Amino acid sequence: MLAVQEKVSTKKAVISLRNIKKSYQLGENRVSVLHNICLDIEEGDMVALLGTSGSGKSTLMNILGCLDVADSGEYILDNKQVSSLSAKELSFLRSRKIGFIFQSFNLLPRMTALENVALPLLYAGHRNSNELALKALETVGLGDRAHHEPNQLSGGQRQRVAVARAIVSNPAILLADEPTGNLDSKTTEEIMGLFHELNKQGRTIIIVTHEKEIADECRRQIHMKDGCIVEEGEKYAILDNS
Amino acid sequence: MLFWTIVRMSFKSLVAHKLRSFLAMLGIIIGVSAVISMLALGTGAQSQIMARIESMGTNKLVIRPGQSGSRGVASGARQNLTLEDAKAIFAQVAEIEQISPVVRGNSQLKYANKNMRSNVMGTDLTYFSITNFEIDKGRIFYEGETLRNKRVAVIGSAIVESLFSGIDPLGKTLKVQGINFQIIGVLKSKGDQGWSNPDEQIIVPYTTAMKQLFGVQYLHEIDVQVQDGFDLTEVEEAITVVLRRKHKILPDQEADFNVRNQAEMIETASSVSNTFTLLLGGIASISLLVGGIGIMNIMLVTVTERTKEIGIRKAIGAKESDILNQFLIESILMSSVGGILGVTLGVSIAKGIEALTNFPTVIQLSSTIIALVFAVLIGVTFGYYPARRAALLHPIDALRYE
Repeated sequence: MLAVQEKVSTKKAVISLRNIKKSYQLGENRVSVLHNICLDIEEGDMVALLGTSGSGKSTLMNILGCLDVADSGEYILDNKQVSSLSAKELSFLRSRKIGFIFQSFNLLPRMTALENVALPLLYAGHRNSNELALKALETVGLGDRAHHEPNQLSGGQRQRVAVARAIVSNPAILLADEPTGNLDSKTTEEIMGLFHELNKQGRTIIIVTHEKEIADECRRQIHMKDGCIVEEGEKYAILDNS
Repeated sequence: MLFWTIVRMSFKSLVAHKLRSFLAMLGIIIGVSAVISMLALGTGAQSQIMARIESMGTNKLVIRPGQSGSRGVASGARQNLTLEDAKAIFAQVAEIEQISPVVRGNSQLKYANKNMRSNVMGTDLTYFSITNFEIDKGRIFYEGETLRNKRVAVIGSAIVESLFSGIDPLGKTLKVQGINFQIIGVLKSKGDQGWSNPDEQIIVPYTTAMKQLFGVQYLHEIDVQVQDGFDLTEVEEAITVVLRRKHKILPDQEADFNVRNQAEMIETASSVSNTFTLLLGGIASISLLVGGIGIMNIMLVTVTERTKEIGIRKAIGAKESDILNQFLIESILMSSVGGILGVTLGVSIAKGIEALTNFPTVIQLSSTIIALVFAVLIGVTFGYYPARRAALLHPIDALRYE
């Protein structure tokens, strides 16, 4: 473990969480969902976030994705303080620092692949959005499908478009929530291959999953249970333990 | 760039829900077309009345007997206007160009086996130039014919059509209340004026009318033409002074006659038709308002239905203002497309009415623009609440919505 720590310190942490707490009001009770989460994720890493439903991994992912704010604690994303930002500033961060990939692709209907991919750039106020969007589509190997609408694409292709949309604004992190949950094994392999490729290009990727096989493909695994990180380590370290 | 993408998107989503969008727009379409066609009818009626009143001469004064009766209950016109009054006025008021006594009544006309009811005017020959009547065929009567109670008549064009189809009426003998009149002239058509049709008139010398047709000693009206360049109200006052003296009315008593000028008639007519137009427009704008509520209703449904989409947009960086604008643009698009369709429909309704009933309509550019602007404003007003609701959705809740 010591060796791991040292290895972390040599690289820059793109995400740094300190004592993050989050609770929800459920009727009369306040239910604590995250207790004191401390976590660093270094630039260029590929991390799997594992846990059963109710473990708090979705809440953590929402906080990481700037969709939600923690009750207390400190969150630094790419050298920027995220805790205590307004809704407008959060949306600014989402449009520039974070790329989301969802289980159900979440492409907008009635818009071509190109328009879908260009949308984050438009919201961020970019100029040559179509050019960049086409480049992103070419990166995921769908340059020839730019003018197809989502319902004309297969599941795997849709998820590729979603990945293109996530990377188009060149964000600091990619957040993938069960990205292969709706895909068959062959396309799962394709998408995971794409993630590896993007990771090789230096992108930081966080994959929320409950599938062991997906997690095993990641360099680092974070297991969550009852709102705490229970097990953490590199794939190799966990393999060593078993 | 974002703006045009949003407009294109909104347009696509309207097209994707054709029936729903159409039904939501229907209120606006009906409202705008109602406003436009009603205003077109109102202004058409107004301009027609104006044109007709002006064609009767703008330097004309009309003296009529006052209403008799007490405590505000009118019980018919008094019988106090005489030929002597007319002569006195003409003699004592210098600014008067010409004057014409008028008696009138409704009589049965008969020629061969055809007959009709008509308005008989007993007047002097000055009446023709005072009221801008022109002769189509034949002539008007001579002064001597008036003086000698001749039974001659000038008839309106509608009478020619009804009684003399295909026959030249000049020189023919027409029975008015059983008395023979010789037709000496036909009037040029003036067109229906709404309350009376001058083309259905028959004009005879007032002397003949008073003695032989109606058997009266008094006049129904005295028409006065003022010389050019004199103020009508001043002449009006001069006439009032002469008549009050002649009728022996004390200074604190109300006059038993009234003098009206053309300008007042125009004013009265235009204020009546203005009220009418406003009333029609007002009723029509209520339907426009109802149309706005329809749009709001659909927008609320749309926002709920597209909660997930809103969540996705927020997750990829849309600000609250982006979402607000998107739904506002959508409702404005809906209301303005409805507005344009409404204008088209309104104009065709107005044109259709004109073509079918000969009732003139005037479509004003200003009312069209106002209706369109109103429609867009309705889109903004009624779209704002749903759009704001969409904008304030929490991204996580919205994303989770199925």
